[in-house]
Amino acid sequence: METRAARLSLGLWTLLVILFLWIPLVLICVYAFNSSNIQSWPIAGFSTKWFHTAWHNEEARTALVLSLKAAGFATAIALVLGTAAATAVSRFRFFGRDAITFLLVLPIALPGVVTGIALNSFFNNNPVHGLTPSLWTIVIGHSTFCIVVVYNNVVARLRRTQTSLTEASMDLGADGWQTFRFVTFPVISTALVAGALLAFALSFDEVIVTTFTAGAQNTLPIWILGNLRLGQQLPQVNVVVFFVIVMTVLPVTIAQRLTRDTGILRRR
Amino acid sequence: MLVFYLAALAVLFVSAFWSIDSFTGKLTHVWTWANFDTIIHEPTYRKIAFRTIWMAVAVTITDAVIALPFAYFMARLASPRMRTLLFVLVLLPLWSSYLARIYAWRLILNPDGVLNWSLGNLGLPHQNWAFTNTAMWIVFSYIWLPFMILPVYAALERIPDSYLEASRDMGARSWTTFRRIILPLALPGVVAGSIFTFSLTLGDYITPSLVGNVDFIGNVIYRNVLGLTNNLPFAAAYATVPLIVMGIYLALAKRSGAFEAL
Repeated sequence: METRAARLSLGLWTLLVILFLWIPLVLICVYAFNSSNIQSWPIAGFSTKWFHTAWHNEEARTALVLSLKAAGFATAIALVLGTAAATAVSRFRFFGRDAITFLLVLPIALPGVVTGIALNSFFNNNPVHGLTPSLWTIVIGHSTFCIVVVYNNVVARLRRTQTSLTEASMDLGADGWQTFRFVTFPVISTALVAGALLAFALSFDEVIVTTFTAGAQNTLPIWILGNLRLGQQLPQVNVVVFFVIVMTVLPVTIAQRLTRDTGILRRR
Repeated sequence: MLVFYLAALAVLFVSAFWSIDSFTGKLTHVWTWANFDTIIHEPTYRKIAFRTIWMAVAVTITDAVIALPFAYFMARLASPRMRTLLFVLVLLPLWSSYLARIYAWRLILNPDGVLNWSLGNLGLPHQNWAFTNTAMWIVFSYIWLPFMILPVYAALERIPDSYLEASRDMGARSWTTFRRIILPLALPGVVAGSIFTFSLTLGDYITPSLVGNVDFIGNVIYRNVLGLTNNLPFAAAYATVPLIVMGIYLALAKRSGAFEAL
């Protein structure tokens, strides 16, 4: 339908866009192996010495541990609440169902700063709960957007499976828990794994909400941000950033494979 | 968790009407419009708000222009295998580290970075974009591009082939078909994508603080909450600016029927 020239130029454009999207990411990975501590191009030479330094950097390590804990707990909470919400919304009709759907999506529809200061003012100015910035405030902050990710994945999967499966199970005498354990759970299990991986990747990399809920603690992205602002320890930052890219790209690639049929990788 | 979130949002909006005691620096719970007054009448804050909105518009237009031909190729010309590949290639950057992608551009735009090295090799003059509005524009367009590509792709993929055949059978040339058939049908996708690019640019403060040299709305909010200024009520009041702008934008988008394309 399109002329040859049109096809060619569209193809070329596509190629350019892909290069535009990928060159910066590849570049960061190359810089992690820079032997010099000066950040210029072309890099002075290949070396893995900064991996060693970064690995033994106490601050970076503490930050890594905190990030892993926060992402782990936030993912766990998201799995439980996200699955519960998804099952409720897709299986039952109840008062306020649409309101719940809307509220679940709100944390990612609003700009991160708004969620951030909202949580910040809630944690700081409320004598009722007595929470101070800790691992748990970070976990609560991250859960707000991790739940949606799990919820979206599970809802999409449930929409594609027929309710007749659960009905058959109930007819054969299984109770609610048995039906969930032996019918619903196997159906949604890969969606759960995918949702969990995505939630983990999202939480592991989150900056904006974290700055408002972490107090003086450093997660890995906050550590990176602090060093970038001050221009300190850049060779080690390169290595850590390389590591963060791997830690986010790997789970996402696996999740993509798990949900290939549904194609639910949309972030929003 | 929802209770947490809603309570937090509620506290935020109430606190926008409070003020800070200038002597003690403590929060006083007196209802006042003073914060909103400052935002409207103080030229600095107005300027920052307009700068942010203007940048959000520029980024949205740029991303739409980049995304349209790409999404068209992906939806209508690429083979199924190629399409899956392109899909993954667009999604992975979207999910990979946000900080890393901003930082990468700092390395690229650096005076002795990749860009100047390439320009030098091509015999072109050096650029000096590091820490300018141009840098912010490039980086914003870069990080939010996948958010535009995906809904536009979804919209284009849905156009039945028969529409295009009909258009051609009735004697329309490629350009006419594009302008009269494809563009109107792709529009809901573009609007859907623009909701993301627009909203994300409005709320971001990390990009301006890392690759720019001027304040955006997010920077002012950030400083008033965690920085030296420490005036939470003012931050809360200023945060209503992006919220109101987004509210208007969403209302307009809804009227154009973009939500079905989401």
